Amino acid sequence: MKIAVVDYGMGNLRSVAKALEHVAPEAQVIVTAEPTQLDAADRVVVPGQGALHDCMREFLARGLRDAVERASRSKPFLGVCVGMQMLFDHGEEGDTAGLGLIGGEVPKFSSAMTAGDGSHLKVPHMGWNEVEALRAHPLFDGIAPNARFYFVHSFYCAPRDAADAVARTHYGIAFTSAVARDNIFATQFHPEKSAAAGLQLLANFVRWKP
Amino acid sequence: MLAKRIIPCLDVNAGRVVKGVNFVELRDAGDPVEIARRYDDQGADEITFLDITASSDDRDIILHVVEQVAEQVFIPLTVGGGVREVADVRRLLNAGADKVSMNTAAVNNPQLVADASGKVGSQCIVVAIDAKQVAPGKWQVFTHGGRKNTGLDAIEWAQRVAALGAGEILLTSMDRDGTKNGFDLGLTRAVSDAVSIPVIASGGVGNLRHLADGVTEGRADAVLAASIFHFGQHTVREAKEFMRSQGIEVRL
Repeated sequence: MKIAVVDYGMGNLRSVAKALEHVAPEAQVIVTAEPTQLDAADRVVVPGQGALHDCMREFLARGLRDAVERASRSKPFLGVCVGMQMLFDHGEEGDTAGLGLIGGEVPKFSSAMTAGDGSHLKVPHMGWNEVEALRAHPLFDGIAPNARFYFVHSFYCAPRDAADAVARTHYGIAFTSAVARDNIFATQFHPEKSAAAGLQLLANFVRWKP
Repeated sequence: MLAKRIIPCLDVNAGRVVKGVNFVELRDAGDPVEIARRYDDQGADEITFLDITASSDDRDIILHVVEQVAEQVFIPLTVGGGVREVADVRRLLNAGADKVSMNTAAVNNPQLVADASGKVGSQCIVVAIDAKQVAPGKWQVFTHGGRKNTGLDAIEWAQRVAALGAGEILLTSMDRDGTKNGFDLGLTRAVSDAVSIPVIASGGVGNLRHLADGVTEGRADAVLAASIFHFGQHTVREAKEFMRSQGIEVRL
């Protein structure tokens, strides 16, 4: 099996590739910016770190749009963090047009949000928070309800169609922390940095037959 | 609800973890990969490596350490020590670090914080602040292990680096570091309340109560400790169980 991790020059791609190798030692994991490699892969992962507008710019500059869209329609596809945000129509960060594969916006957390004790919630939302599955999905197999995953982000995805949301998390507000539609699954949290729960989700992705 | 984080810190010298007793005698404490795995097994939320390698010839060794740890430990890794320019940040991130911490270099050149966060994103940039109390309710920023006073007010400096693009602050009380008397809670709370980014409390942890106080009294988002974990006094899991018993949300 060949798993392509899409490389568009941003962030820590090595961690995603290493975590996939860890859960799928028999698979060939390649980090690539070659559209032909994405077409040849059995599974595609789009990671992402940093600012949405920088990620989209680098992504488009490398001519990855068509190949990623093809992959998103034809094979198991996983987006992570900004790799999830890029799937949406539009992001507030830098007033950025996304790929429009999932309808909705990517707004910023309000800095005025407060916790139960009245203290201000910090932005970015950084650390381990609970992920509540909204429906059963093969990628949640073997993961405890409300398991904690590692988040680090200031913007969140707001899908237009509630049916696209597959998990939610509370941070001042309830926001969509994972989406799923057909062969697309995407998480705002970082499974590659989420210890046992994250590795389980990646192992599920490697086995997933949508 | 978001959990408060417990972060063990490892001092690394030329590729080996070292333990100092009151900063005098450095003893070899083992292989960083092995120790990082142990803390991961105990439920550490992140691991911080502080590279204290003196010789510039040995500087690249930390990159190999980070590479090896990142292949086996799947939680966030922060690396600090000797970061001077954006290229240093890039090298550490490419090796597998998730966040890079800068201290003296940020004081000498605040623009580095803006340049680095502009290139790699705020979430990767931690500014470490070493502070000492100079008057009641007033703290200043020190460098060189607490020997050199920069004259900067610690709270103003924290606000400035947050505005420049830091994603997190690692705040160490130089008055408390190594004393085992607990965090400087006044400092921690003053900084945490003054900025909108997460603050990690550091310096002075001698028991589990101190860790809990850092969150409840100091309003820290995360607590960092070295010796109580290194010397086998407590496991990370024990620390989390105690914090939970105090009503603090943790990942267990």
